[in-house]
This record gives sequence, structure tokens and C-alpha cells, in this order.
Amino acid sequence: MTHTAAPPAVIGVQATARILATRAGGGTALPVLTGDGPFDLRRARPQGDQARVCVLGVMSAPLGGDRLRIRATAERDAHLHVTTAAATIALRGPTTAHATYDVHLTVAEQASLHWLPQPLISTARSNLRQSCTVDVAPTARLLLREEIVLGRSGEPPGRLSTRLTVHRDGRPLLDQQTGYGPGAPGWDGPAIVAGHRAVGQILIVDPVLDRQPLRARLFGDDPATGQAVLTPLAGPAILITALAPDTLRLRRLLDAAHPIA
Amino acid sequence: MNRAALLVLADGRFPAGGHAHSGGAEEAVTSGRVRDVAGLREYCLGRLHTSGLVAAGLAAAAASGYDPLLLDEAADARTTGPALRHTSRRLGRQLLRAARAAWPCAELDALAGARPRGAHQSVVLGLTARRAGLTPLDAAHAAAYESVGGPVTATVRLLRLDPFDATAVLARLSADIDHVAAVAAEAARRVHTDGPAALPAASAPLLDIAAERHAIRPARLFAS
Amino acid sequence: MHLHHDDTFPEGSPHGPGGSSPGRPGGGRRALRVGLGGPVGSGKTATVAALCRALREHLSIAVVTNDIYTREDAEFLLREAVLPAERITAVQTGACPHTAIRDDISANLEAVEDLEEHLGPLDVILIESGGDNLTATFSKGLVDAQIFVIDVAGGDDIPRKGGPGVTTSDLLVINKTDLAPHVGADLTAMARDAEAQRGGLPTVLTAVKSAGGVTPVAEWVRARLAAWTAGPA
Repeated sequence: MTHTAAPPAVIGVQATARILATRAGGGTALPVLTGDGPFDLRRARPQGDQARVCVLGVMSAPLGGDRLRIRATAERDAHLHVTTAAATIALRGPTTAHATYDVHLTVAEQASLHWLPQPLISTARSNLRQSCTVDVAPTARLLLREEIVLGRSGEPPGRLSTRLTVHRDGRPLLDQQTGYGPGAPGWDGPAIVAGHRAVGQILIVDPVLDRQPLRARLFGDDPATGQAVLTPLAGPAILITALAPDTLRLRRLLDAAHPIA
Repeated sequence: MNRAALLVLADGRFPAGGHAHSGGAEEAVTSGRVRDVAGLREYCLGRLHTSGLVAAGLAAAAASGYDPLLLDEAADARTTGPALRHTSRRLGRQLLRAARAAWPCAELDALAGARPRGAHQSVVLGLTARRAGLTPLDAAHAAAYESVGGPVTATVRLLRLDPFDATAVLARLSADIDHVAAVAAEAARRVHTDGPAALPAASAPLLDIAAERHAIRPARLFAS
Repeated sequence: MHLHHDDTFPEGSPHGPGGSSPGRPGGGRRALRVGLGGPVGSGKTATVAALCRALREHLSIAVVTNDIYTREDAEFLLREAVLPAERITAVQTGACPHTAIRDDISANLEAVEDLEEHLGPLDVILIESGGDNLTATFSKGLVDAQIFVIDVAGGDDIPRKGGPGVTTSDLLVINKTDLAPHVGADLTAMARDAEAQRGGLPTVLTAVKSAGGVTPVAEWVRARLAAWTAGPA
């Protein structure tokens, strides 16, 4: 028996971007680099054997009702670096329905992927569900940074849910969802962000951490200027979690914990 | 169905080590983020809907018969700091000791054998609930309640709060506890088809940061 | 009325609830566990330190401290080097030292079991409670014998007043007898009151920091150990 599902009542953009990095000679090639809708993907100057991609044009999206998706894959021995040109700003669209923004990253054996987008800004009355799903092979390396700004200056954030799920060799390594704004009880209270407006993370997965595990470290003693912690996960990975009043001080904390060129 | 077992399991006097832990409340008090009853309420609300929800989901899944070792791995992935993982495994080990005395069975023995340094507390709680004849929803209730009961008791001692006010905080959170337990039990129903990714993974940045800060404080009343 | 056939403890769980089984996993008899309780400042830590010095030549010893707020008791023992660091463990008690030794002993049980697991077979584990008042006593699930330490400076009426520590401990140590003249304590009255309260249980009046002061306490521990070792595994 088959069901004929009613078409979803989505008012908004449905767009997908795809990036595929493969090993080619002494460097990394990008045989697939496509994006529709608001996505515009540009090659940047490679660094050694690392191919670099910049995602343009996400800045006006996502609006309520949008369905955005990015898939980036670094195949065996390939090295890929992806950034965005500007901050991603979640806005209230023509509908109060939520937007989705799903990122899927795959890093194969001996490959590396740097995923370093500009901050995501949740504006008042926006409604965004963001997810980032990562599959990492045992010998692969991942560097991922995400920064979230809770409201433009002087405004409260909209509804924002983010989920970061990382599997290494098929086993769960990190599964973390955060919720802010209306619909996330206690989000601004003393257990979650306590008045801070910028939240950031750096995740590093690297098999070398199996042999040289790092200990937990704290950064920032003054709650007014933010605080951060570097923690080893239950696997060859570290996660840096930072909270600050604004993006400037957030970036300062993240850089103190792990500078990214 | 054995509702009285839920009272035994969720009782703060159940000898499973909880009395020496504040659920992060001590660090919240020490750093000045919780100063009064209102702050305690906000703290508990945030903890309940984040780590409380995660614990409730894991407990419900364990109570429904899902593989406790896969859930233990899922708990690791949801617990990003070593201090919190250590605390959870330690409390799991203590709970397992009490549970094996109260409801002896092969499943609890097997979990103790597989994780001699302790399985995550929420997983042990769920498996204990199952053995005690409780439902996944009961297990979720116990985990959700535990996520706020500990901080409230600890804060009464830390801030010398009026114990009636503090208990009122818990009472007024009961609808939220019910809600969290229901969401967790619903997610646990999906775990058998969708795997542990179906379970809640809600996190709280400050709980993660503060747990590591508390762990290195030279003077503290509570272990966590 | 029993509704379920499994309401009793099953075979293979002879000790019932708790950790008081005298056996150790893999056979043999586990270490004798001796609890030391008593009010703040009565000399519990000094007694533990003196016992370690008196017994460590011939016995394999470890210590668990139940610090209330800091790790000071454990650190005092480390500083005094009465035992190597790996033989001293501190347990946190969440502002409730009674609970950790009486109502919920799970953290202390884990500490003693971990010590035996890491160090191999031990003869004696001393468990020092967090300093508190006169009502703190150790669960039988945690210790095999308990010593209660009071001092003459705390008031010579303490033995007369009784309380669970004074009346039921297996050994009562009335410490700092050298201070008796300075604080006006009547040692004879203290000894008489203790005897009246304790129904034949032993009491020692001593100053554990003085030369040989801990000897009667150490002798008592040795006797308990001999009886323990002779018992069925």
C-alpha cells in the first residue's frame, strides 16, 4: 500500500550546495562544486595540498520556511577547507514556520576537513533548526568551528536549535543539541548562558589525540569577559566550548584555547 | 507495574552516593550565578531541560530493554567533559551497588562486569527501573527528578535557603518534570528503530564549563 | 504476606545489602576496616597518623579520609608522610559527614575497594570520618570496628552525656590527657563515666601525640586484626 503524502506547506527556498574534494596528483581537486538558491560556491587559492572553498550568499538566508542543505565530502587523502564569506543571519520570513539548515560533512581515511563558517546570528522572532552531521573515518582529521550570536545588539534571539552529531568509524563520538530563545526553558539562566550573547565551539578530531590525550583546561576567569573550557571527548577529539558577551570576546577566547590561522 | 518501587528508587535517601553531589549547583553558587531562590529555580529549569532531559532519555531507553552498552556509549557522546563523565560513571557505579542489593539480577551483574569502573548513572538507573518492574516513563521521571532534586538539596545547604522555599521550587517544576519525562519516554520508543541518535542530546554550555572549574577547586563541599 | 517469590536475598548474595562481606573477590579475607570518628579537633587525624607510624612496619595499611570541605586531612597525612600517597584516599561528603559513613556508604566502600584493588591485599584500612559532633557512627556495612576519639579539652562531661559514639564505639579514646590540668578536666570522672556508659567496652585515656601515646590504641587494632584474620573467610 502506498501513501500519497500531501506536499509540505513550505513557503521558502529549498537549496542544496555540494562540495566534493578528491586527491589529484600532489593536491586536492574539487570535481563537484555546485549550489543553487542562495548558495554561490567559490574556489579560493589552495594552500599546499589543501583545496579551499568559500560559500557566498547565505547571508540573507535562512528565512522561516527555508530548507537549506550543504554537503561537503573530503575523499581519501583529500584536504578541504571551507569558509563562508559573511555571517549567516536567521531572520523571520513570510511565515513563522521554522527554517532548516543542515550540514553534512564526510571525511574519509587520511583526509582532512576544516569547516570554519562565519558566525550564525539568530535575530528576534526568527526560527531556525540547524544541524551538522559529521562522519569521520578512523584516520581522518576534522577541524570545526561554530559561533552563534544570540540576537543583534539590544534584541533577544529568535528560536534557535542546533545539533552537532559526530560519528567516528560509525560509532558516536559527540552528540550535542543546544536550544536558545523562546521554547528553550532556562536558556538565559545560570545553567545555560547566563546573559552571555555569543556561544562558540571548536571541535578537533585527530587520531594523534589517541596517543597524546589532552587534559581539560579553562580559559577566562572574569565572567564579564567570558569563559571557555577545552575538554577531551571520550575518543581522540577535543571540544572547546566558549561563552562571551559578544563575538569579539568570543573569538578572543577561542583563539586563546586554539588559534586558527 | 510496581509503582512503589519508583518511590524507593527516586528517594533521596536511596544510598547511591547522590548526597555528596550538587549537580553543578555548588559551582553556580560559588561563582555567584545562583544567589537566591529565584536563581535556583532558573538553574533547575535549565538543568532539567538539558542534562535532565538527556538522562531521562537514556534511562527510559535502558528501561525499555535497549542495549545498555550502546546507551553507555551514547551517554559518553552526550557528556563532553571529563569531570562530568567521571561523576556520571562514579554515581553509576554507586547506584549499581545499591541496585544489585535491592533488585539483584543477572542484567545488573552483567553491566557491572562490563563496566567495572562504572556505567553512566542514567543507564544504570534505567536498567534498575526495568528490573524493579517500572516502565520507561517511570525511569524517565526518576532521572528528570534526580536532575533537580540534588541541586535543590545542595543549595539549601550552600546558601542556607529556607527549605520550604526550596521545596516549593521543586513542586513548581513538577509540570516541567512530567513534560521532560514524557518527551524522553517518547524518544526512547524510537531508539529501537532509529538507534541512540533518536534520544535527546540537549546540552548547556555553562554546565559543561562550570563542571571542569569545580573539579579543580581546592575547597568544596560537594564532589560535583 | 509475600507477593513475590524473590523477596528474599538470593543464593550467592550472602551478605545481603551492603559491602560487609568478609571475603574479597577471588578469595581470601579482605582488610580489616576500622572507622575513626569523633568531634572536630579531638585528634582523629593525629590518631590516624600515629597508628600508621606504629603499625606500618609490620602491617600493610591504607587510609580513607572523609574531609568536610577541603582535602586538608588527607593532605596532612601526606605532608607528615605517614604513608605513601597511593595509600591515602579522600572522599567528599557533600556537607554531610554522617551520611557518608552511615546512611549512604557507597563512596567510602568504593574507596576501600579501590585501595585493595590497586595496592593488593591489605591488612588494615583506617577510615577517618569528617569531624562532626557526638552522634556520628559508622555503618556496620562499612567498618568492622570503630574507634571514637574525644578529648579532655572538649569538656570532661562528654562521657557522662553519652551519645552513640561514646556508648557504642568498640574503643573509646579520651585524648590529650596531658591538657587535663590546664583545662581543669577530671580524668578520674571521665574514666568512671565512660565505664558506666559503655557496658564493658574498652576505653583508653592517652595523649596520642606523646611518645608511646598511641601504643594502647595500636595494641587494640592488632588484637582486632588477629581476631579478624582468624575468622571464616
